[in-house]
Amino acid sequence: MNEKAGRELTLSRRAELLQSGELDLAGLAEDGLKQAQDKSDLNAFITLLPERARQDVERVKRSLKNGQAGPLAGTVLAVKDNIALEGEPLTCASRILDGYISPYTATALQRLIDAGVVIIGKANMDEFAMGSSNENSAYGPVRNPHDPERVPGGSSGGSAAAVAAGIVTAALGSDTGGSVRQPAALCGVIGLKPTYGRVSRYGLVAFGSSLDQIGVLAGSCDETARVFQVMAGEDPLDNTTSPTPVPDCVATLNRGARGLKIGIPEEYGGEGLHPVIERAISEVAELLTDRGAEVKPCSLPHTEWTIPTYYIISSAECSSNLARYDGVRYGLRLQADDSVAKTFLSATQNGGQECPPHQSTITPGDTVRQTRQSGFGPEVRRRIMLGTYVLSSGYYDAYYLKAQKARRLIREDFVNVFREFDLLLTPTAPTTAFRLGEKIDDPLSMYLSDVFTASANLAGIPTISCPWGKDDSGLPIGVQLMADDFREDLLLAVAAVIEAAR
Amino acid sequence: MNREKGKTGSFPRRVKVDAAEVDRIADLARLDIDQEHKARTAEDLGRIVEYIGQLEELDTEGVEPLHHVLDLRNVLRDDEPRSSLPVEKAMMNAPARKGDFFLVPKVIEGKDEG
Repeated sequence: MNEKAGRELTLSRRAELLQSGELDLAGLAEDGLKQAQDKSDLNAFITLLPERARQDVERVKRSLKNGQAGPLAGTVLAVKDNIALEGEPLTCASRILDGYISPYTATALQRLIDAGVVIIGKANMDEFAMGSSNENSAYGPVRNPHDPERVPGGSSGGSAAAVAAGIVTAALGSDTGGSVRQPAALCGVIGLKPTYGRVSRYGLVAFGSSLDQIGVLAGSCDETARVFQVMAGEDPLDNTTSPTPVPDCVATLNRGARGLKIGIPEEYGGEGLHPVIERAISEVAELLTDRGAEVKPCSLPHTEWTIPTYYIISSAECSSNLARYDGVRYGLRLQADDSVAKTFLSATQNGGQECPPHQSTITPGDTVRQTRQSGFGPEVRRRIMLGTYVLSSGYYDAYYLKAQKARRLIREDFVNVFREFDLLLTPTAPTTAFRLGEKIDDPLSMYLSDVFTASANLAGIPTISCPWGKDDSGLPIGVQLMADDFREDLLLAVAAVIEAAR
Repeated sequence: MNREKGKTGSFPRRVKVDAAEVDRIADLARLDIDQEHKARTAEDLGRIVEYIGQLEELDTEGVEPLHHVLDLRNVLRDDEPRSSLPVEKAMMNAPARKGDFFLVPKVIEGKDEG
């Protein structure tokens, strides 16, 4: 069987063929690496890891031979470049982490490695996961595999593009306001954001610590469920992980939609929503009704406050989290003095070796300021400025505290609606993939790309985006399912119903 | 943006984001925004601040702020020593170092002793 066909199989089938020898894991990984190079115009990767992939292949092949293969033997994985992998570069698509090498591996990723994934590279992204188009990368924009003139969405744009282009079978992303689901929708793949606290954030570079979750992007619900199943669960290294047991989401993947009550929030529509996406929602509602679900309208009355609330809280947390990038302990340090032209000094250039003390008249404060100003891109600086503003003396109550109160109202909307409904059905994004450059000069219009996704991060609930049809230009459309806390099993089962009808 | 519907209540009168305000925020944020970009920054920030400021129209009387979506609880572990990141790994990304110390420009002003 050829590698392309192999990647398109479900993971369980792929694992069977690997076990029987009809499919070769080395070929699968090598072909993924070759695809990444052949499709380098997509710019989906910041770092390719061919050596590491070969070592992974050898390890997994040994386990297959011993009959001790992990549940993810056969998954070829891309990892968003804000998730730590020991000994490999981690850039967050930012100049400020130029030359940084991870000293340890993220818990979620370690669990996947132990379960038999082969990692082929670190995926491109919006800098520090801030953006909805993947144009805010110091390594250049990612292009949408369905139309290279269009964005893949963001911030996990490289992860989504790598899955959509058939380079990998699954990818890790991170989701703070929609960063797994929106690119999944724009690229036509599955994107799961787990419940806050479901997956360890140890080794995920922090952006908005009360919102961030590591999520999965994959070509099928089967693979999404299997990857999620392995990485979910409590971690002593992240005190915000929940001890709530993780149900077997793979076993219930075929439960269907029968008997479920599914709400369509009436606030998730109206102006700005493209008619073709509205039509997709109606079609999916019809499908789920046909499969035995009861679908009817519901209300999330505080929806209109989502984006202001989200941008206050996420930017405040961003400004606090990104205060650590000061050029002292790691990453870029800009050295400047009055007479010498600015020079970049990175850890790679000096190899971590001893350096002489600086012979200059600059103060540590200058070093910090200049390092941060040069190391961060425009959108990250904008968020830091906004976050600093809303937390600054005299504004804290009006913005940050107010937003935390609004956040409670938004969460209570969901608590109330899930008393009656099992799931909600909404659009993932208001439009299909937009053109590169279309929104980059208008931060507000970019922020509105998150209008249907950010509420789930504020509320902490799990959600999934699954592809449903295409628009007139052949661009994929995504629909979103939302569930109550820790009900990823329901999301995956109903997404599988939608997938089967596609 | 419709500003008529809500009450302003305890909201402070919103200050226009101008160059001086950009300087104040940039200083707090340890950024170094040059003259050339200051006007654009003020304009962008002003628009966003105006947009997020619409939240003042939402009635949050008596609502407790939500700091964290999980039920708060103490997460404790046994008080037993365990290994942490070895010094060499913690130091491996240092931009400048001397032995096990991070080197930074001199903090105390005065004669340069090089």
